[in-house]
Parts: sequence; structure tokens; C-alpha cells
Amino acid sequence: MKKSNKIFKSIVILFLTFLYAPALLLPIFSFNNSKVIAFPLTGFSTIWFEELFYENTLHNALLNSLVIAISSTILATILGTLVARASTRYIFYGKKISITFILVPLILPEIILGVCLLTVLIQLGLELNLWSVVLGHTLLITPFSTLIMVSAFNNLDISLEEASLDLGMSSLQTFRIIILPMVSPGLISSLLIGFVISLDEFIIAFFLTGVEPTLPVYIWSQFRFPAKLPSTMALGTILLIVSLILVSLFEYFRRKMELYNN
Amino acid sequence: MIKKNSINKEKIVDLISIEKSFDQVKAVNNVCLGINEGEFFSLLGPSGCGKTTLLRIIAGFEKPENGDVFINGKNVNFVAPNNRPTNMVFQNYAIFPHLNVSENVGYGLRNTNFSKDQILKKIDGALELVGLKGYNKRASSALSGGQRQRVALARALILKPRVLLLDEPLSALDKNLREQMQFELRQLQKSVGITFILVTHDQTEALTMSDRVGVMFNGKVDQVATPEQIYNKPKTKMVAAFIGNMNFFETECKGENSKTITVFHKDLGNFKLFKNNIFGRKNPKLTVGIRPENLKINSKNLKRQSKSFTAKIVEKSFMGDTILFSINLSGNNNNTYISVSDIKNSPNPNIGDEILVTFEEEDVVAYYKE
Repeated sequence: MKKSNKIFKSIVILFLTFLYAPALLLPIFSFNNSKVIAFPLTGFSTIWFEELFYENTLHNALLNSLVIAISSTILATILGTLVARASTRYIFYGKKISITFILVPLILPEIILGVCLLTVLIQLGLELNLWSVVLGHTLLITPFSTLIMVSAFNNLDISLEEASLDLGMSSLQTFRIIILPMVSPGLISSLLIGFVISLDEFIIAFFLTGVEPTLPVYIWSQFRFPAKLPSTMALGTILLIVSLILVSLFEYFRRKMELYNN
Repeated sequence: MIKKNSINKEKIVDLISIEKSFDQVKAVNNVCLGINEGEFFSLLGPSGCGKTTLLRIIAGFEKPENGDVFINGKNVNFVAPNNRPTNMVFQNYAIFPHLNVSENVGYGLRNTNFSKDQILKKIDGALELVGLKGYNKRASSALSGGQRQRVALARALILKPRVLLLDEPLSALDKNLREQMQFELRQLQKSVGITFILVTHDQTEALTMSDRVGVMFNGKVDQVATPEQIYNKPKTKMVAAFIGNMNFFETECKGENSKTITVFHKDLGNFKLFKNNIFGRKNPKLTVGIRPENLKINSKNLKRQSKSFTAKIVEKSFMGDTILFSINLSGNNNNTYISVSDIKNSPNPNIGDEILVTFEEEDVVAYYKE
């Protein structure tokens, strides 16, 4: 009993080390004052962070990423909400199969998705720009939004809607005053997770981006210049922290949603 | 189906040939039911008998496949729940968790033309009516079960509906609170004068609170009558078995005159049944029902019509205010029960004692075999 406990413990420790040690290197080297990414560390410096302020291409890439992340997240959340509402409240022909197809991007390799989308867009003669990436990311995020919103709507007691209708409200009023506030933790979760997914998505953005790179595509392009490596690590540190904050917020709202049920 | 355009004005709710199925199972099977203005009406039945479906049809949440629903003389088949003069208290109360008590109670007034002051006054009045004065700003998550129910009541009553529908409103409360709420609900109904339709599986609840009770089995209403009639003259064997306790005996018809039928039972012997106590379609075989309290032990002053038989006590249980004796009759698989409530003045035999059991023929109900 005790022995197996120890084995499990060491497995967990090993797992967590492999998971997080590489990520820890990021902040360590971004505060190191050497251009060479190697131990031993030579001294503390914030110069790599300062350098980020003067990179115009970086600022453009960041702006592109924000536009894409916000648009695709909102689009995907609206779609996911509609899908979730339809699947939890209505019975219709072909419901299961259509929901399955909506969730397929979850398991489809992104590279396949990227190539397919690229082929379709080129065949349609459409230009590659920010909006083609928005399209790709919306496709990618919609399954996540759908799953989150399905659980939000499942937690919603149908008698609350009926009570609202019974008390004289229209369906639209009921949706606005009762349903929307009740599923708002789900909406916020979906927005947060969608934002994080879009912000650090590389493959689809790489295929579909035109002349305007997103942040991950920009970072990838910087690896060609060894001199840019430390400031790229500084950027990585910032992204890591932002992602951590957003994911923590996501978890907070997801738990709040579960509490609502009781 | 029967189509009617003008109906009895005294009936606030009139259901005509209502049918509703779920997945080919008939939840409501050709139900006709009229509910009088201002009465406390209960729909009583085991779970799955269709009583809640029927209530939801009146509220407008379920559409019947056949039949007509009239409320206040108007056909409401195509009227949405938000436009019907009914309000509902849900089984789980359906209190909006993100709104406080005042916002919950005043919810239905949002769509009305009352001024803010009028609405606040109405909310105060409704809260006072249900005994929650001063709870306006309380968060709905901070309410106990009984308080939630009062809020649900206030929220429904504030709109002054013609009919208040209550879906098992007391089933989530513990026993003491339930009994108190039964009494309060009854008082409330009397004071506001609104027609209440209550759905319940609890026969005590239905019998103590209602002016009339409708007993449902398998999607059909077996009997609609006052609680006394339901208890003393249950119209079908199912109602008889469901309400209270009933001893059943299988008998055979031996003779008939204009008012009575004489039947024979192996242990009870020959006895008379009054025809107005016999229900069903004619058959020489009859199932006879006698309530445990209508069987008496060794009664000294036998009335003229008393019948008697002898039996042996096989079990005896003391229930506080009553003692329940079980006797075993040779022709019956089940035990027959005798309940004695006047414990002080009644004989108190022990297990194994041979006793004389008497009953009055007028207390006996009977059902022709199907």
C-alpha cells in the first residue's frame, strides 16, 4: 500500500517536472543578461523586455493576433451558444450527427485542417488575410465553445424558463433576463478559453495568414535570428503569464457555473 | 372529438376529451374534467399517472394531441403560457437564483403598466400575504425550503391569476413544515378566493386540503368527488386501494332484489350489498371492500344489520392512536386488517385469540369483476 503510494508520487513528480521545467526556462533566460541561451546565468537584466518596446513588426503582429483572437472568439462563442441551445432544448432530425461534425475539429490534426482550409480558400479565389485566419480559428474554437455552453445549458433548470414564461414574459425577454445571466459564467469561460486558443495557435495561422503575421507566426520567424532569441523568450514569458491568468479565470468561472446548479 | 364553443360559465377550467402521449405511451387518456370557480381542487394519483401532464396542459406547457382546454369560458388551445390567466408554483419552486426576493416576486409585473411605487407596494403586500414581510432584499440563495415556497407563491399570486396551479408544492418539505404549509395554503386559498389546482401523490394532503379531489390512474380520471365521498364511496377498486387502507374479499352473487344484492364469501358467509354502493359493469363475481375501521371486534351492542364472523388474530401492532390487528381468513391470501381507534373502550385481545368480528352491511362497497 505504502510502496505503491510512493511510486504514484514519483510518477506525478516526474510528470509535472517534464511538463513545467521547460516552461520555467523561459522566464529564467529572459531575465539573463547574455545573448547566449545557456547555463550558467551571467546576470539579471530587463533589457530583453525593453527591446520588445522597439519592435514595430512585433506590435503589428500582436495587434493582428488580438483582432483575430477577439473576433474568432466572439464568433465561435455565438455559434457554440446556438448549437448548445439547440442540442439541449430541442429534438430534431440529424441532431446527433450534426453535433458530432461540429466537434470534429477537436480531434482533427490542425495541419490537416490548415491545408484543407487553404485549399478551399484558394479554390474559391479568396485573398488570404486576417479574416481567413479568423475563419480558421472560429472553426477551431467552436467545438470548445459548444462543449462549454452545452454544460452551461444542461445546468440550467428548464423550470426557470417555464416559470418566466408562466409569469407573462416573452421568449425573448426570458432569454435576456433569465437565461443569459444564468449561462454568463459559461459565456465568459468560452470567451477566455477561445481567446487563449486563438492567441497561441500557430499551424492554421501559418497556413492562412497572408502578409500580416500573427504573434506565434512572428515568433517562429524570429528564430532565424539568434540575436533575437532572448527577446523572443521575454515575449514568451509575457505570453505564458497572460495565458496562465486567462486559464485561471476560465477555471474560476467554470466552477462558478457548477455552483449555480446547486 | 366533441367541439364546444359555449360552455358552463361556472367552470373556470373545463377540459374536454384531452389526450396526450409521450413516445406512444398515453400520459393523458381522454380526460374530461371541470373545475369550479373558487374551489381548491386536487389531482391525486401515483407517480406517472398523468396528473402533472394534465396540470402542464392547463398551464400551456404541453400541447394536447386531442381535446379542448377552456379557461374562464375561452378556448385556450392556441394561447401561449404567458397569455393564460394561470400561474404556476413549480415542484422545485423555480426561484430565479440571480434575483433577490423582491425581484423574484415582482418579476411578473415587469410587463405591466404599474408605476414603480405601485409595484413596490404590491411586492410588500404579496410578501406579507405569505408571511415573508421584510424579506425584500434577501438573496434567493439564502432562503430555506419553506421560504422558497412562499416566494414562489407570492410571485404567482401577485399577478392575481384566475387559477393557481401547484405542482407537488409540498413534497420537498419535511413533515412538520409540510403539515403547517398544508394548513396555510388552505387558509391562503380561502382568503384570496382564487381557484387552486394542486397536483399531489399524497392522499392525506389531497383529502385534508381540497374541496374536491380527482383521482387519476394510467392517464384517466377514475373519480371526481369530495374527500368524504372519495374515502367512503370510492368508485373503482383502484381508488379504493389507493385511498386509505381497504380489505378486499372475492365474493359471488347469490341473489338480487330491487335495492340489494346478496353475496357469499367462504368466511364472511352470506351478506347484503346495497346497490348504490356497487360500482362497475354487471358480473356475478364481485370484489367487496371493507375499511379496517369498519370491522369491529366483539361489539356487544350488535345492530340489526350487523354481520359477524369468527377469526384468529395473527398479528397486532400498536400505532399510538390506533391498534392494528391482522386476522387470517382461509379464503384470502392477504391478511385482513382491523383498526381500533377507541383503544380505551374496546376489547384488546392478544395474538392467537379467537375473536368475533362484526361489520355493518351499509359500510361495505363492492366492485363487479371486469
